[in-house]
Amino acid sequence: MMSEALIELSTYIREARPALVDDAVLAYDELTLTTSGESLLPLLTFLRDDVQCGFISFIDICGVDYPARAKRFDVVYHLLSPRQNMRIRVKVATAEDEPVPSAFGIYPGADWFEREAWDMYGILFTGHPDLRRILTDYGFEGHPLRKDFPTTGFVEVRYDDNAKRVVYEPVELRQEFRNFDFLSPWEGTDYVLPGDEKAKA
Amino acid sequence: MTEHNVRNFNINFGPQHPAAHGVLRLVLELDGEIVERVDPHIGLLHRGTEKLIETKTYLQALPYFDRLDYVAPMNQEHAYSLAVEKLLDIQIPIRGQLIRVLYSEIGRILSHLLNVTTQAMDVGALTPPLWGFEEREKLMVFYERACGARMHAAYVRPGGVHQDLPHELVEDIGKWCDEFPSKLDDIDDLLTGNRIFKQRNVDIGVVKLEDAWAWGFSGVMVRGSGAAWDLRRSQPYECYSDLEFDIPIGKNGDCYDRYLIRMIEMREACKIMKQCVNRLLSDAKTGPFSSTDGKVVPPKRGEMKRSMEALIHHFKLYTEGYHVPAGEVYAAVEAPKGEFGVFLVADGTNKPYRCKIRAPGYAHLQAMDFICRGHQLADVSAVLGSLDIVFGEVDR
Repeated sequence: MMSEALIELSTYIREARPALVDDAVLAYDELTLTTSGESLLPLLTFLRDDVQCGFISFIDICGVDYPARAKRFDVVYHLLSPRQNMRIRVKVATAEDEPVPSAFGIYPGADWFEREAWDMYGILFTGHPDLRRILTDYGFEGHPLRKDFPTTGFVEVRYDDNAKRVVYEPVELRQEFRNFDFLSPWEGTDYVLPGDEKAKA
Repeated sequence: MTEHNVRNFNINFGPQHPAAHGVLRLVLELDGEIVERVDPHIGLLHRGTEKLIETKTYLQALPYFDRLDYVAPMNQEHAYSLAVEKLLDIQIPIRGQLIRVLYSEIGRILSHLLNVTTQAMDVGALTPPLWGFEEREKLMVFYERACGARMHAAYVRPGGVHQDLPHELVEDIGKWCDEFPSKLDDIDDLLTGNRIFKQRNVDIGVVKLEDAWAWGFSGVMVRGSGAAWDLRRSQPYECYSDLEFDIPIGKNGDCYDRYLIRMIEMREACKIMKQCVNRLLSDAKTGPFSSTDGKVVPPKRGEMKRSMEALIHHFKLYTEGYHVPAGEVYAAVEAPKGEFGVFLVADGTNKPYRCKIRAPGYAHLQAMDFICRGHQLADVSAVLGSLDIVFGEVDR
């Protein structure tokens, strides 16, 4: 039942604004629209203001990192239409140095969510009134949710009794960070399994 | 006083202030006693939950959800479990659903009791927290009797719940549900008509409905502004559509309406719990409490002693974990504080590729500047109290 309404909605959006939507996918009873940076704001405005859409409720903005891609980040917007009782997801792919227009003018609630995406992934938003870090420490460097950022981080803090203040030091691990390979088949991997390099020598 | 002596005043509220409900640092710009600008500094409790989840298997990631909104832990686990179940396409047997609903509503009462009574404390009343916490303690004992932990339960898991409930526990919850409304009446008598409480809350922090939607509000924050919107009714999950309960709606969108809604929601939650208890003692008295799919739900110890297959499943599930098919889902529950959502990106391995936690408190707290502007300094703590902020979920 839900998916029929979503199919209807996706054909409606594609007919009304064919230039704005690159792709529309329905999976797990959820509709995902893919769009580009320049058509993002017109699309969000349309989704909010059109009578048949009515996505007036802002839910979420988050980044997803795919380091292998040329445009490594996905910015994912979740919206909710209380009137139609439907949800929608809008995705924009972007690169590290390629800013995305800020949705702050359309949904004021985007404010902190965009700051978080900047903080965690380093995704830039143009037109955001105050793009500061939000969750990480004052003076933090790097973007921790990127896949190439180690889970352990780079610095650790402790209270130094001599200096009488909190000091920052490089992380020192007592034990190697363990990461098991659960994907390897019994034989025939296309990469060298750890330890196998000794067999050849 | 001449013109040039008048200047705005900046004060620092928190991070260690009892009315800040945790570690919130507010930088307030005041003109006399009028608030001109609020800049909340958050992240003092940031633990990198989303990053940690990416390095854990699906089951290992679950306990992190207890530590988000730590006054209603199971509601968060529930959202995560729903997301994983959506990707795995597994159904939960009715007994498991009823237990989940029962404990979600216990979580709702836990959270609302804390919020209502500490909000009263923020505006000057000392008794309500003492009365409310007595009931919270009893509810935490129910948590403990179900899973062994008072707060960090790890009880609702993908596939169902971890253990079955003993019948005596269900009966005791039923007895508690009979007594609770009278305890709630006491708090009601103390606060609802109280002159000071009303002076501090009525017409404070008014939010219009269209603003509430655009700022990403959910739960009590939109219902207080007049939206008949509750995910338990509008996008039902588990067996909520079979249960009878009402959804209170506010008229004015002020702090007082939000307080009233929370009080009524506790009574409704109590009604839902009673219905679950009755069903758990009658038609759903026996039967499976979690999915019987051995590839996702680990076997019980008794089975392991007898069946080789169960032993293999147990070993595989607790070392490697299950692999979740690639895809993206968003699952949300009506947590006590609003819509708690989990956006899960799976890449077909045994670990989530990305798990975005959409916490209701985060969206509510960012509107502090918008709501408090033009209010008195003393109203800041009243507004903060009625937003229902818990830093575990805001900072993640």
